[in-house]
Amino acid sequence: MKKLFKLAALCAGLLLTACSTGTHGLYQWGSYEDQVYAMYNSAAKTSPQEQLAKLEADGEKARAGNRTPPPGYYAHLGYLYFETGNPERAVASFQNEKTLFPESRSYMDRLISRFKK
Amino acid sequence: MTRHFFTIALLCIAALLTGCASQKSYDYSAIRESKPRSIVVLPPLNLSPDVRATYSMMATVTRPLAELGYYVFPVALVDQTFRENGLAEPGEMHNASPAKIAEIFGADAILYIKVEEYGAAYRVISSDVIVSATAELIDARTGRSLWSGRAKASNSENRDSSGNGIVGILVSALIQQVANNIGDPGYQVARQTSYRLFSAGLLPGPRSPNYEKLIGQ
Repeated sequence: MKKLFKLAALCAGLLLTACSTGTHGLYQWGSYEDQVYAMYNSAAKTSPQEQLAKLEADGEKARAGNRTPPPGYYAHLGYLYFETGNPERAVASFQNEKTLFPESRSYMDRLISRFKK
Repeated sequence: MTRHFFTIALLCIAALLTGCASQKSYDYSAIRESKPRSIVVLPPLNLSPDVRATYSMMATVTRPLAELGYYVFPVALVDQTFRENGLAEPGEMHNASPAKIAEIFGADAILYIKVEEYGAAYRVISSDVIVSATAELIDARTGRSLWSGRAKASNSENRDSSGNGIVGILVSALIQQVANNIGDPGYQVARQTSYRLFSAGLLPGPRSPNYEKLIGQ
């Protein structure tokens, strides 16, 4: 009987894990999506400073947990740095996006040359 | 005892085989051949009367696509880049040439989304918040269609309306109409729509641990 339970438990465990890539996925998402939403839709509209503070906190959390922030995170952060008058940090952030995701190289280079002026 | 053992084992295998299978009967040969690594998502075209639909939907698509293993360009920055190039409306962006978009972003593929329904549909018994959308992925170099899909989600899917009789149902409908007017419940439903649209329909991308296994077939 014990064996039977063990098998049933194993089965349940397999089913729970089989269809997902694990409970925490590839990236530590934080509030990136919500900050994108907050940029556009007035009910949730917050200042670029507030959006930046939330995203910076997400980054800290990801680093502390040794997780990767999602694609677009550093680029979006860079945009907010630029908007809040910090072009050096903006460029550094675009570089981070490029290092983490080489797929973004040509777009990041374009942004860097535009924001460096 | 052994009979039970076998029955459970069989049930388990059957459940495993059917549980994850949602990718049958779609022709993935175009996307297998093109092997896109990166996707630029254009701000969705809004066919609903709710002006929030475009950017609410846009905020929710990165996650399912990135978790599938694709690089997704920063959606808000992409929107800004289009605006700086004189294209302020999603309709204009959708009409831009794929070759030009590919050149600006260096993207392998372009995703075109249309939001067909967004927000509350008021009825006497319930006021459901519905978000439905269609999507098409295009090869940025050749303009060839790689994949398309559609999905719909509603906030009434998980609601329990049982056991209260007609008065209870009407009261809960009223409470819900009020709740739906606060903030933007469409945003939460849009997450579900996006998840369904991609996680259940699109093949994993190169950053997925399942990529080799699935693309190699």
